[in-house]
Amino acid sequence: MSDLPADTLLNVEDAPEDQEEPQLLPLDAWHRAHGGRMVPFAGYIMPVQYEGIMAEHLWCRENAGLFDVSHMGQLVFTGDGVDPAQALEAVLPGDITGLGQNRMRYSLLLNEEGGVLDDLMVTRRAGEEGTDEIYVVVNGATKYDDIGHFLDSMSDDITINLRDEQALLAVQGPKAVDAVSRLIPGVEALVFMTAGAFEWNGTPLWISRSGYTGEDGVEISIPAEHAAAFADAICAEPEVKPIGLGARDSLRLEAGLPLYGHDLDPETTPVMADLGFALSKRRREAGDFAGAARILAERESGPAVKRVGLIVTGRQPVREGASVVAEDGSVIGRVTSGGFAPTLGAPIAMAYVPAALAIVGTAVRLIQRGKVHDATVSAMPFVPHRYVRQSTKTGA
Amino acid sequence: MRYFTEDHEWIDVEGAIGTVGISNYAQSQLGDIVFVDVPADGRELAKGDEAAVVESVKAASDVYSPVSGAVIEGNPALADSPDLVNSDAEGEGWFFRITLSDEGELDSLMEEAAYEAFVAKL
Repeated sequence: MSDLPADTLLNVEDAPEDQEEPQLLPLDAWHRAHGGRMVPFAGYIMPVQYEGIMAEHLWCRENAGLFDVSHMGQLVFTGDGVDPAQALEAVLPGDITGLGQNRMRYSLLLNEEGGVLDDLMVTRRAGEEGTDEIYVVVNGATKYDDIGHFLDSMSDDITINLRDEQALLAVQGPKAVDAVSRLIPGVEALVFMTAGAFEWNGTPLWISRSGYTGEDGVEISIPAEHAAAFADAICAEPEVKPIGLGARDSLRLEAGLPLYGHDLDPETTPVMADLGFALSKRRREAGDFAGAARILAERESGPAVKRVGLIVTGRQPVREGASVVAEDGSVIGRVTSGGFAPTLGAPIAMAYVPAALAIVGTAVRLIQRGKVHDATVSAMPFVPHRYVRQSTKTGA
Repeated sequence: MRYFTEDHEWIDVEGAIGTVGISNYAQSQLGDIVFVDVPADGRELAKGDEAAVVESVKAASDVYSPVSGAVIEGNPALADSPDLVNSDAEGEGWFFRITLSDEGELDSLMEEAAYEAFVAKL
């Protein structure tokens, strides 16, 4: 058979081109000790799976999983007499200045043409000096380019600190907050898209109730030297098992969440990507962000192509790179992510299709390696999100 | 008599009929198998031809025919239960049966002990 895919999962283009030797995660030894199969991804050597993608995926949907996402960039923006939130609004189309303390927002780093350079999470929090700082988590494969772009588009009075001494661990699943709050009381009081400072055994943590699986859960920024002890402690909780990149990808696909470098790239606008919610009302009205002219025009008249979900007929997965074709066989779109959805027991995909086809229920035809597959445009998420928007604190 | 290829297919030969599958090592590397496309009855295959496709959660892989011949049947059980390849790769999870056109081709394949030694070095 053709080359076995263990080390080819998740395309090699995820690795930054200018980086030759992949870096090791703070938890590298921990992953290996727990049976992680390690592969290169986004410039790092990362665990693709432990016991198996399907089992890990289903475990996370029913219980809770620990994900090491320390490859992601944790950036802290501070301003010397200037507001870092204001500065970020030059390149992000979200309402950042209006973000409350310990509140977070999904946003997009845009180029002047309105193309997406990255997708990211922005949080306002209190800095050490008593002034606010903005904490931004960006994708691992793009973090160095992002920093360059931020620096180029901001005044010299803004300082960006890449917190690469911090690990980032996500605990996701319906039982994640139960398990985490046993170790760190108070976490259960957070609601979706809020964050706060906590402590575990004297170790300072920054925890947000957010994630990339569609499930409830948290993301925990922790000093790298304490990450292994925390991973041991959380995995000692009966609900929690380590989950690799493979299941992270299938979980986010079922949740309808785009993956940068695949479903989003600099040729894609927020409107094409169906991420219009990231364009805050005040910013749309002001039209004062990078690429605003094009994006607002596209929002008004509709994009030529749009990101949609697809449910593929049959059992064979249709993956990134497959074409969407018209009746006459001409290529009219492309599949940007695809695979087997363990929760649904069926193949699903994300694709860009002409706007006229971007209607739930529309039948489309796909071609992969010369074989035709039928698919139907589906609403996303494929599996309902289970975010917790009200406090789960008992007795409150 | 069972033979293996360096590409991790196995073929069990009785008379001029061979049963083909992928090795237990291969399935363990592929992980959860969610789809198998087996060749149609009567299809003529040359040794090394792409005969089947196996899809895991991770990726698609081609399965090559270890010998030349005509396909007798694909394993019908794999349509509904592709996971048979995970649970019993070298038994119930077989892919197809083929009439060998040149039994001499078997000479280039490995016997089980040689394959085990080959895998041990991977």
